[in-house]
Amino acid sequence: MADQTAQAGPVLAADGTPLKRSLARALRLSKLRALALIAPLLIFVLVTFIAPIADMLFRSVENQIVSETLPRTTAALADWDTSSGTAPDEPVFRALAEDFQIAVANKDHTKLGSRLNYEKTGISSLFRKTGRKAKKFDLAADTNWKAEFEDIDEDWLDPEMWQVIKTYSPALTSGYFLNSIDRQKTSEGSEWRPDNQQIYLKLFWRTLVMSIVITCTCILLGYPVAWLLANLPARSANLLMILVLLPFWTSLLVRTSAWKVMLQQQGVVNDTLVWYHSTFVGKMLDPVITFLLNIAIGLLNGLLWVWNLLSGAWGAVDVELFTYAVAGFERLALINNVTGTIIAMTHILLPFMILPLYSVMATISPVYLRAAKSMGATNWTAFWRVYFPQSIPGIGAGSILVFILAIGYYITPEIVGGTKGVFISNRIAYHISSSLNWGLAAALGAILLAAVLLLYWAYDRIVGIDNVKLGG
Amino acid sequence: MTTRSPLSLAAPWLGAALLALIGFATAGVPYALLGAISGFILGWLIFWIAQRRYRQSVPTYYTAGQTLWYYTFRVIAGAIFLFLITPILVVMPLSFNAQDFFTFTPEMLAFDPAGYSLKHYRDFFNNDDWQNAVRNSIRIAPMATLLSVTFGTLAAIGLSQPHVPFRRAIMAILISPMIVPLIISAAGMYFFYSRIGLQGTYMGVVLAHAALGIPFVIITVTATLVGFDNSLTRAAANMGASPVRTFFKVQMPLILPGVISGGLFAFITSFDEVVVVLFVGSAGQKTLPWQMFTGLREQISPTILAVATLLVVISVLLLTTLELLRRRSERLRGMSPG
Repeated sequence: MADQTAQAGPVLAADGTPLKRSLARALRLSKLRALALIAPLLIFVLVTFIAPIADMLFRSVENQIVSETLPRTTAALADWDTSSGTAPDEPVFRALAEDFQIAVANKDHTKLGSRLNYEKTGISSLFRKTGRKAKKFDLAADTNWKAEFEDIDEDWLDPEMWQVIKTYSPALTSGYFLNSIDRQKTSEGSEWRPDNQQIYLKLFWRTLVMSIVITCTCILLGYPVAWLLANLPARSANLLMILVLLPFWTSLLVRTSAWKVMLQQQGVVNDTLVWYHSTFVGKMLDPVITFLLNIAIGLLNGLLWVWNLLSGAWGAVDVELFTYAVAGFERLALINNVTGTIIAMTHILLPFMILPLYSVMATISPVYLRAAKSMGATNWTAFWRVYFPQSIPGIGAGSILVFILAIGYYITPEIVGGTKGVFISNRIAYHISSSLNWGLAAALGAILLAAVLLLYWAYDRIVGIDNVKLGG
Repeated sequence: MTTRSPLSLAAPWLGAALLALIGFATAGVPYALLGAISGFILGWLIFWIAQRRYRQSVPTYYTAGQTLWYYTFRVIAGAIFLFLITPILVVMPLSFNAQDFFTFTPEMLAFDPAGYSLKHYRDFFNNDDWQNAVRNSIRIAPMATLLSVTFGTLAAIGLSQPHVPFRRAIMAILISPMIVPLIISAAGMYFFYSRIGLQGTYMGVVLAHAALGIPFVIITVTATLVGFDNSLTRAAANMGASPVRTFFKVQMPLILPGVISGGLFAFITSFDEVVVVLFVGSAGQKTLPWQMFTGLREQISPTILAVATLLVVISVLLLTTLELLRRRSERLRGMSPG
């Protein structure tokens, strides 16, 4: 071969160009064609989805409002020593008067006031008050501006107020991120917020713990079902599969409202319980069950006590979760608390666990189990040492999927979670629509996004995105 | 298999009749039904145990303990299936409640016709809020589906070509709307769309929903294309068909089941979606799930149960369609006989 090409020169294509170049051109063309087919969608997703996410990330550090509204003041403040303990001097106040007059004309001062109010309460009203007077400022006159501002409100001489303005004058800030992990920005760096204002770390911790609990219940409930589906004859397995797919396909709102209806104080579950207590069987069994429940709850509370001791710093466990049985479990508090969120979300996410588990278990040959048993393994050993290890990829895939979905859930906790059973997403929604602190919402979202992307990456490594299967 | 004695065949029915009578005599209709069911089970169970019929479905070498575990396991799995399906089954009868309660009234349990009515359905069809919500949902979902199916199918065909540069990165970007938590997508879209004036517009909601539906189209269509024989398109080209003609006459009919099921996924994503529309939409784009959400959070009214029942019926229809499509697709690709 080599000799021939050496003699005849490079191999030529039909049109006389060297074959190598011609092939490279064809490959380039096919690549281009593939890209041209993908391009419209890629641009579409980049504009409608990736750009908004990038915008959110930008908002979590963006802070141009201070330097844009008060450009001269922030410039003049550069020389002021934050640790001096006194308000800045006359030039700063003169700059402030100029900035304020322009800001009032553009009606920007109230926006800035409410922005800075997130950092120090009272600034919003101070800015409004000053804004009303600022219209009458005579900038040409030789006034003592420091005295003038003191006249409007004594808070203008408060060095803390100026510290806040100076701390937030750069165009980018880490303030929102610090806020979202319960710290606050100060002129020297950052410090923990006072204990009674620390909520976010607890909320992140609670979101994490509840997502783990939901994932574990999904494994516990999903494993037997998936096993049964994988080991029954195809006809009955297909029939039972409908029972898994029907909830999967039913609207999320329908399932959430069903749980709201079932779990209410006067709902179906509690009414059934009350009826059961009134029947003969119920009356006979109640003392026994109460006794057993109390023992179980005693044990659980013991565990929780140790847990509380260990995680004392976080202190995020709802111990009252396990107190109701002592009262005779007449009507259970199942909604507007952690229990409600866990029950409803386990039900909603269970199909996401069963389907990957099933698809892995369907590939495990029953021959291995039989071989293990024929060599003398007990049922349990055969399952634990032979079957279970083979099903671990399914557990991994299902767990990560359920966990990713659980950690960012909003609707279900909002409706059945009350105040104790809410997730970090509910707080994000609150900051967007009620408190209007968009920067903080963006920072909380960025942290959640980072966690989810980390899990997504793990999912990709373990399962592969291409292997995602939808509904059997 | 031994023939069963007439007594063992009749026992469930005898038990049912007996306990139903006792139940009716002591406490009326609901207890009669309860008695009938438990009597049937009891009558069957006695002979099932007495005649050792429980041995028939386990291998002969099973010990007593193993047999017990076999049935205990089935009972546990049955309880989990019950947990999965109960909420959906409970909603349906409750939606015919004559009262504004969320639980079964004594009249309903007594099967008194007066306890049932269609008033929640009438309310749903006569209430302007609900009808507007239905109209909005019908205006938004198909448009979003159309967008994601058109772009998605094209891109899926591109992605399944043999040489695609940056395939993994592109795939990750296209799948990301499915992975990113909805609240984050909603927050980002709210901020960004209000910057460019799309927040609170029909177009904004459609674009947002199309983006959310795209991963499903990509996943289902690329899965269908894995089994696609590329020599078919080459053969078509060889016989003089233009690429467009090849696409519509050869490729499209073969991947159509995948495209339709992807489209159904995209449709249900948009039709079912509430978080994003809550932020990106305004009162003019109030969809059905949004209306249900407000209903659940603020003025909780049983009309929701009527809507829920209708939606369950729709999802049963969708599920059937998908299953039929899947079978057709497998048959076309020759993956399963019949």
